[in-house]
Amino acid sequence: MSTYPWAAGYIDDGDRPKVVTSRFEYEDGYTLERYHATGGYEALELALAKTPGAVHDDVRGATVLGRGGAGFPAGVKWGLMPAEKYPRYLVVNGDESEPGTYKDRLLMERDPHQLIEGCLIAAYAAGLAQVFLYIRGEMPLAHERVAVALNEAYAAGYIGKNILGTDFSVDIVLHWGAGAYVVGEETALIESLEGKRGEPRLKPPYFPAAIGLYGQPTVVNNVETLANLPWLIVNGVEAYTAIGTATSPGTRMVAVSGHVQRPGVYEIVNGTTTFRDLLYGQEFCQGIRNGNELKAFVPGGGSAPWFTPEQLDLPFEGKLVGAAGSMLGSGAIMVMDHTTDIPAAALTLTRFYAHESCGQCTPCREGGTWLERVMQRVVEGHGTPADLDQLLEIGESICPGDFPHAASSALGLTATPFPYKMTTICFVGPSAYAPVHSALTLFRSEFEAKITRRNSIPVAAVHASPEPAGAH
Amino acid sequence: MSRLNDDNLRLAQEIIGRYPRPRSATIPLLHLAQEQTGYVTNDAIKHVAELVGATSAEVLGTATFYEMFKFEPVGKYLINICGTMSCALMGSDELMHHAEQRLGVRAGGTTDDGLFTLEHAECQAACTEAPCLQVNYRHSYRVTAADLDVLIDDLRAGTLDGDIPAHGTLARVRQQIPAARAAGVVAPERIGSPAWFPAPQPMESKEANA
Repeated sequence: MSTYPWAAGYIDDGDRPKVVTSRFEYEDGYTLERYHATGGYEALELALAKTPGAVHDDVRGATVLGRGGAGFPAGVKWGLMPAEKYPRYLVVNGDESEPGTYKDRLLMERDPHQLIEGCLIAAYAAGLAQVFLYIRGEMPLAHERVAVALNEAYAAGYIGKNILGTDFSVDIVLHWGAGAYVVGEETALIESLEGKRGEPRLKPPYFPAAIGLYGQPTVVNNVETLANLPWLIVNGVEAYTAIGTATSPGTRMVAVSGHVQRPGVYEIVNGTTTFRDLLYGQEFCQGIRNGNELKAFVPGGGSAPWFTPEQLDLPFEGKLVGAAGSMLGSGAIMVMDHTTDIPAAALTLTRFYAHESCGQCTPCREGGTWLERVMQRVVEGHGTPADLDQLLEIGESICPGDFPHAASSALGLTATPFPYKMTTICFVGPSAYAPVHSALTLFRSEFEAKITRRNSIPVAAVHASPEPAGAH
Repeated sequence: MSRLNDDNLRLAQEIIGRYPRPRSATIPLLHLAQEQTGYVTNDAIKHVAELVGATSAEVLGTATFYEMFKFEPVGKYLINICGTMSCALMGSDELMHHAEQRLGVRAGGTTDDGLFTLEHAECQAACTEAPCLQVNYRHSYRVTAADLDVLIDDLRAGTLDGDIPAHGTLARVRQQIPAARAAGVVAPERIGSPAWFPAPQPMESKEANA
């Protein structure tokens, strides 16, 4: 196995195809010199030799799924822009902040030229006249690496006016974020790029394809999605779709964190790799720490409903995971062993989303905070039996109807599939509820234990009321 | 006093020039202001507003939305200890407790010598290397209480100054777009498709209906 001190977290083990991490093994993988030595900017030349439409067809034909969370095919997304409206813009979403996720940061730090080449290919294929590369503020190393790479690429004639002597001309502007999770939502990203508060825009339209940045057609693509394009153009659609499955071709970068023997970021084969492979495989995480039992895991970033060992044999395939009651999201798996205090673990996620609510929608702004407060007092042993129903009631006001959850033979539960209904503009509110709902549905007895213990203390002797506070 | 200095003003104008709308430069300019003073002052808000053609209230409204902008002095070193799930599962609560004891401040506080501000942070994208922290947004991985002690000693002794600039400075390398190479800003008013991109056939009937 190989790990590299310059790419902390990334584990390069086994004999798997590498689409986006092939340069991580080089300490100088971020330099133009190394990029050139390893086939860099060949894809740009190949793309410019084709028509934009032909390059778009490649991306559509390869079904390059969006790697940011929603898994929407990039080729289809580009095609949603109205044919007659110009100029069009590309906004690159490098505002990675989903709990458990980090891959875009590594891709920007370790191989910025690959991302830049991906941006250029996308701009050429979809007629995008200016590119804005929005990088999360808390990632100064990624800024530095991308800034240097942009400067190198401008000097070498890959960006700017008449690229490689053609009539293709585009600027890539590096933009800084300043710390706001919700800005990862694509319409909030656009608001932020316009210099405003990062509040998601009202839907519809569901995509900024027609009305995006400055009211113009706009493509918002994730860093990893764009990083796939150079390999695709050089190796072709057939080679790309030969990896993974028909519905989930290619590879994905996933981060597995928490209670595993070997947490790490792995580039895995999409669609076929199972959660059991990932958590227990020798080339991946090698089992739960200290030989402990697996209790639960979050399969797709903090927003995703939880799975238990019963779902381990599901492959990393969006539709199957959706039908099983969760989502693949941003490729982040967080693992909890049997020692985990489930309500306390769920609270850390609920606190995150409550904190990150932009405040536009009441169910999220108020509901998220209430969820956090009620969870906090339950975790601290000050909860009452009514609190558990109250948590579900608050959740119902954010997500009316059945909320997705996993099946459990032990509890006699069948799965409720993704997605959910919601009363908010974006998914931050539902995300605050997801960990609460999962934990309460799958591990209710742990919540009850915290409340029972508290109720065993003779509160009536201390307080005037014979009933625990908050019972009504 | 805390308006942008001449160097930063030149830089600000260069940054504004990269966007179709000056207001898009608001966040980058606020970062410049914070880099200059360590936090964002009222004068800086006014200056940025003048530069991007917005009101002070609009710029303040934007600035206050984002976690990284501080409106009062913080320590030279801002220590952000992550407390989101992956780090919490690996002991970030204990690490935060130790940091509070060691620095003698609660999360959110600044030490009397003005050297350290301690904050509880949300996910910092280093989840497999938990628990993690950032000092002025530079990561430390798999941090134990002993590691934290050494880190604080080193910061205090100044031995990490080369790696970790004072709070406010993010990237120490900036993008430069050489004028001779620039494709140029594309304003939303520009008419027609780009040169390399074949314009679609005019769709007269559709236009007429619209």
